Amino acid sequence: MISPEKVSATNICRKDNVLYLLRTENITKSYDSRVIIRDINVHLHEGELVSLLGLSGSGKTTLFHVISGLAKPDSGNVFLNEDNITGIPGYISYMLQKDLLLEHKKVIDNVSLPLVIRGVSKRDARKQAQPYFEQFGLEGTEEKYPSQLSGGMRQRAALLRTYLCSHPAALLDEPFSALDMITKGQMHKWYLDVINKIHLSTLLITHDIEEAILLSDRIYIMTGAPGEIHNEIIIERARNERADFSLSPEFLAYKQQILDILKQ
Amino acid sequence: MKRKPENIKNKLLPAAAFCLILLLWWGISATELVPSYMLPSPISVGKAFINDFPNLMTHALVSLQEAIYGLIIGVLLAFVIATLMDRFETLEKALLPLLVVTQTIPTIAIAPLLVLWMGFGKAPKITLVVITTFFPIAVSLLDGYKSVDPDKIDLLRSMKANRLQIFAHVKIPAALPFFFSGLRVSASYAVVGAVISEWLGGFDGLGVYMTRVRKAYAFDKMFAVIILIIIVSLLLMWLVDILRRISMPWAYLSNSQNEISESSGKE
Repeated sequence: MISPEKVSATNICRKDNVLYLLRTENITKSYDSRVIIRDINVHLHEGELVSLLGLSGSGKTTLFHVISGLAKPDSGNVFLNEDNITGIPGYISYMLQKDLLLEHKKVIDNVSLPLVIRGVSKRDARKQAQPYFEQFGLEGTEEKYPSQLSGGMRQRAALLRTYLCSHPAALLDEPFSALDMITKGQMHKWYLDVINKIHLSTLLITHDIEEAILLSDRIYIMTGAPGEIHNEIIIERARNERADFSLSPEFLAYKQQILDILKQ
Repeated sequence: MKRKPENIKNKLLPAAAFCLILLLWWGISATELVPSYMLPSPISVGKAFINDFPNLMTHALVSLQEAIYGLIIGVLLAFVIATLMDRFETLEKALLPLLVVTQTIPTIAIAPLLVLWMGFGKAPKITLVVITTFFPIAVSLLDGYKSVDPDKIDLLRSMKANRLQIFAHVKIPAALPFFFSGLRVSASYAVVGAVISEWLGGFDGLGVYMTRVRKAYAFDKMFAVIILIIIVSLLLMWLVDILRRISMPWAYLSNSQNEISESSGKE
């Protein structure tokens, strides 16, 4: 899967005998001699959903650009399994902040774009993408153009496209932030339902505290300029209890804890 | 589908204005305010148009052919140059000012030179059309390439798309609307360009015919030619609009009609 000539498999990502799917090592990145993020160490286990929570301007998107390989860090490394993929795009599914559906392509061609880019013929790509429309609640939209979809549906299509990149780890940059409250709630439910069906390990950016607590197994809190990882919070709850979780006292306790951290 | 009253109004107003001007023209010539050998009445122009129709058509076809050939070559040339300029920034910096300068050279001054160099055949006419049409298309294409959302390029890069794939999936579609507005302008230039170059020598074509009837002081026929040039230009622009409709179906959707909301999907 990963071409050996481009990736040097020197570093072993084992720490305390735990195998990480994705790991960053002391990532520092600056633009125009301004340091945006400094010494970022985050990791992601297989099947985990981890949030990166922070105020705007704390460099979350910059970190995602580095992890995805779109930007090279000033220093530090990104490891996928045991391979160093620093600065090499194409190994991680990345959903950028806007849905970025291509208005000139039908929904089915939008979501199957990653397959086409990989060299699959348009016809085969459509065939491969088709079965997922039902799973993602997109049935009936195949032949529509993105401008004919509502915000929530566009977001689903963008998520399906990200999923069809078919890499083991996905980065989602504020996937639900552009939606209204009610749609957002529906999308949260939908998303939890979907990731139960498909096996996906996700790193998610959000500035919505409740969203982070509701969706995540772990939360990294990013603060400051330059952005640094301030805290790591593990959310403990049974997987199938999420529905009522947002009304429980534990939920509020987590929220209080995070608010206190952000206030500092 | 019911037409909105706004739509009808938009078509009715210019039609009314057109009729008013026609009436004014007829009034001026009917009252002999301007002698009829200088300004023929719309009726005699209409008559000339009908009587001269087969003749006009043969010449129109020649001009139209020159215009379309020139337009096609102009588009191809513009596409190559704009794409290269988009790809290599140095080339853009070097060439763009030159292109602007070529646009300030008056067509009417170049045309006789072209005839001198290339003779009385179609070549100088097509060349002139290429020169006049190339620039608007090249510049609008270049603008179109630059209008692409850089995040979309990042998205494709994250999928490991190569330069050609980014070009095909993102840049060309972004440039299409720009390209077509450039093409629309160029289409009207093309016919005029062909006619101007025909003035300066040739065997057939609307420009040649125009010179001929002018020298014979047959002003009614000359007006008929002018009207035909307008019609041919409009026809060409209309063709461009159809082409635009075919190549950009997504730009012609009625948005609210088919919207699917999340409530219809499974929760």
